[in-house]
Amino acid sequence: MALISDGKFVEDAWRRLADEEAIPPSGKCVVSLGRLDEALSTLAPGTPLGVLIANTADPAALQPHFARLALIAIAFPATGDGRGFSLARLIRRLGFTGELRASGRLVADQATHALRCGFDTIEIPAEIAGRQDAAQWRGAIDAYGAFYQQGYANRAAILAERRKTSS
Amino acid sequence: MNAHDQNHAARPNAPTTTYLYDSYDAAFVKARVEEFRTQVARRLDGSLTEDEFRPLRLMNGLYLQLHAYMLRVAIPYGTLTARQMRRLADIADKWDKGYGHFTTRQNLQYNWPKLVDVPDILGALAEVEMHAIQTSGNCIRNVTADQFAGVATDEYEDPRPTAEFLRQWSSLHPEFSFLPRKFKIAVTGAAHDRAAIKFHDIGLRLRADDAGAPGYEVIVGGGLGRSPFVGKTVRDFLPRADLLAFLEAILRVYNRFGRRDNKYKARIKILVHETGLDELKAQIEAEFAAMDRAPFAYDAEEFARIAGFFAPPPYEVLPAGSPALEQARRDDPAFDAFAASNVAPHKVPGYAIVTVSLKPEGGIPGDATSEQMRILAAASERFGFGELRVSHAQNIVLPHVKQDELQALWRMLAAAGLATPNVGLITDIISCPGLDYCALATARSIPIAQAISRRFADVDRQREIGELGIKISGCINACGHHHIGAIGILGLEKRGQESYQITLGGDPTLQASIGELLGPGVGAELVADTIERLVDLYLAERRPGERFIDAWRRIGHARFKEALAREGEHGADI
Amino acid sequence: MAAFKHPQILLASDLRDGEVLFLAETGWVRDHRLAQVARDAAAAAALESRGKAELAANKVVDVYLADVEIDAGGAPQPLHYREKARVVGPSVRRDLGKQAREPEEAR
Repeated sequence: MALISDGKFVEDAWRRLADEEAIPPSGKCVVSLGRLDEALSTLAPGTPLGVLIANTADPAALQPHFARLALIAIAFPATGDGRGFSLARLIRRLGFTGELRASGRLVADQATHALRCGFDTIEIPAEIAGRQDAAQWRGAIDAYGAFYQQGYANRAAILAERRKTSS
Repeated sequence: MNAHDQNHAARPNAPTTTYLYDSYDAAFVKARVEEFRTQVARRLDGSLTEDEFRPLRLMNGLYLQLHAYMLRVAIPYGTLTARQMRRLADIADKWDKGYGHFTTRQNLQYNWPKLVDVPDILGALAEVEMHAIQTSGNCIRNVTADQFAGVATDEYEDPRPTAEFLRQWSSLHPEFSFLPRKFKIAVTGAAHDRAAIKFHDIGLRLRADDAGAPGYEVIVGGGLGRSPFVGKTVRDFLPRADLLAFLEAILRVYNRFGRRDNKYKARIKILVHETGLDELKAQIEAEFAAMDRAPFAYDAEEFARIAGFFAPPPYEVLPAGSPALEQARRDDPAFDAFAASNVAPHKVPGYAIVTVSLKPEGGIPGDATSEQMRILAAASERFGFGELRVSHAQNIVLPHVKQDELQALWRMLAAAGLATPNVGLITDIISCPGLDYCALATARSIPIAQAISRRFADVDRQREIGELGIKISGCINACGHHHIGAIGILGLEKRGQESYQITLGGDPTLQASIGELLGPGVGAELVADTIERLVDLYLAERRPGERFIDAWRRIGHARFKEALAREGEHGADI
Repeated sequence: MAAFKHPQILLASDLRDGEVLFLAETGWVRDHRLAQVARDAAAAAALESRGKAELAANKVVDVYLADVEIDAGGAPQPLHYREKARVVGPSVRRDLGKQAREPEEAR
């Protein structure tokens, strides 16, 4: 997988932990949701921990663990499946302030959707990264100055910008 | 106009009766064009696979059809200026084959663009404040409205400011661009719903509460297609200031829980049906209550800014009637026929609403040549402040014509083959493009429309029959809206042949009903005959003033089925 | 494998202009009569495989096999009315479709 942060490909400081691997005491690994309880009981509080959730996960069920989670990755099984964008919104609304990562089949043209819905980073298969280099991701992110919608991150809202000009 | 707008100089000859882009809107559309240009280049060089590119090109209205690509241009709430209509004509000539097709959602389709030319076409559209944003794809589509908006005598409030407000809110929405399926919104502000709001994913009916505060009845889950449903009210009254927030709540629930396993069960109508209305309402209200409303605090202000653009044009003060018109009608039977069917009353005394029929005898419903588009543009400037509308019935409306000038307009239209006096009559047929163009189709639809049009061409006979909406779809997706035609025709495949099922009793208005099937399908050559037998029964049985749909409701479906039973043939075949 | 009932040809759409293309031995052609005909399952699979390679090479989209019958002149003619429609163009605007043009040679 390749990781995009701030429009650039970067090294991933996190490691995706396979389900059969033991949880390292130093943490800094992303476990599947089914192992979250195990990780929380195994790791000392304050150890960096990440979890990978399906785009159908219940955000309220995850909320009690926000304080212990440094990273939440939401799976994107297909480019046409936009459920992760709503899930990200809800997770942010419920107060998560750690790294929110979109993980899976996203194309560069979805970068701003992800960023505006509250994702910090985007993780894609090497096969997509091989076709869509950093220039394409940067270009997609920079394509627009402002968007219309209010209450979304990363970009000025046209409906809000208008008020500024008129006041 | 507020201080903000004074920063943007008005352009010469620009009408003041519809929304004008400010610098943000212009920059946005320009960025969209350049983004698509890059996307096409990345498709051609393989950076994007077809599977990745498909949703992106659909979100720019670009389909791949049977013979060529098809580009669907958005005509927001069906409103066009003369300048925009001329640009559509120019595009047809430069990049297509000299014509366009007006659709059942108030858009325009070009049937022969090349992929490599589409960015330039979008650029040409952007220059006149047009685009093809989200006219396809699993996102929020063109918000449609009443084609008589602003001028209808039964209008409570102009729906177009709402439609424009929603157009902006829905454009490139970060959360709702990869929905389970397409999402269509329609708005009505009149007693007679000309926008079929009960058959949209969200239908909005403008209304006030008991205190007179402006707002909406919100209806969810209407739709046609494989499983037609009438929409259901989820909110009797939603205050205007809450419109965007409430719609966001609906879309979020749909985005999360709409089905993604089966394309034919993915619309919100299925979610309503399978979840249950009360439960879904509860989910929507819960989401609405949980949302942070602070971002929406100034929506009412922005709405008022937008509404200010939809001011009435500088009408003259005229007497209510026109003796010249009455005399002209007495003198000229052909003009009289046109005035009887194609002219509707206008809320301003001395004016009229003219619907120009794009259904000439034996013609292709909704098609217009580039030359006809230019004539329509010129007609709108000469007779109506340079404004036109596109109706769901695939016709063009000139909404501000002086009654005194109706005959002069009619002569201009007649010279261009645009004066067919059949609006609302049996040959004012709604038809999708069908298998002649569309990759989704199971049968041809246009030749059926043409055959019916020729069979009933006689104007006197049409007037005798009166109001009768025939709607034809070339496949189960129902883009021809056959479910809500008084007579609906659905083209399917049966045993390797095109076969046409007929339904009766559909109604797109607030009286909302879905047509009932007459029986198994018939071959193409029998459709016009069948329609004729149904019409004959109606004419024989009707009471004074009873339209076809009324007679059907009174007489009952069974009588019409009987009328089609044929002696001596394999009678079950209808 | 299902029984091979009819000879088949391979159709696709040109990526750049969306026109119907048929796969011939030498490459894509716009005249269906020049299409390569597969007369057994192995030949059909080979056609499909070539088509998919062209899809991956970003030349064409929407690649699929269609049943044909061979006419008196030896040319393949589609059996189903949908593919017949793709060959002749819009039945209601015969000036716009493929039959309005001269047949072209293999690309």
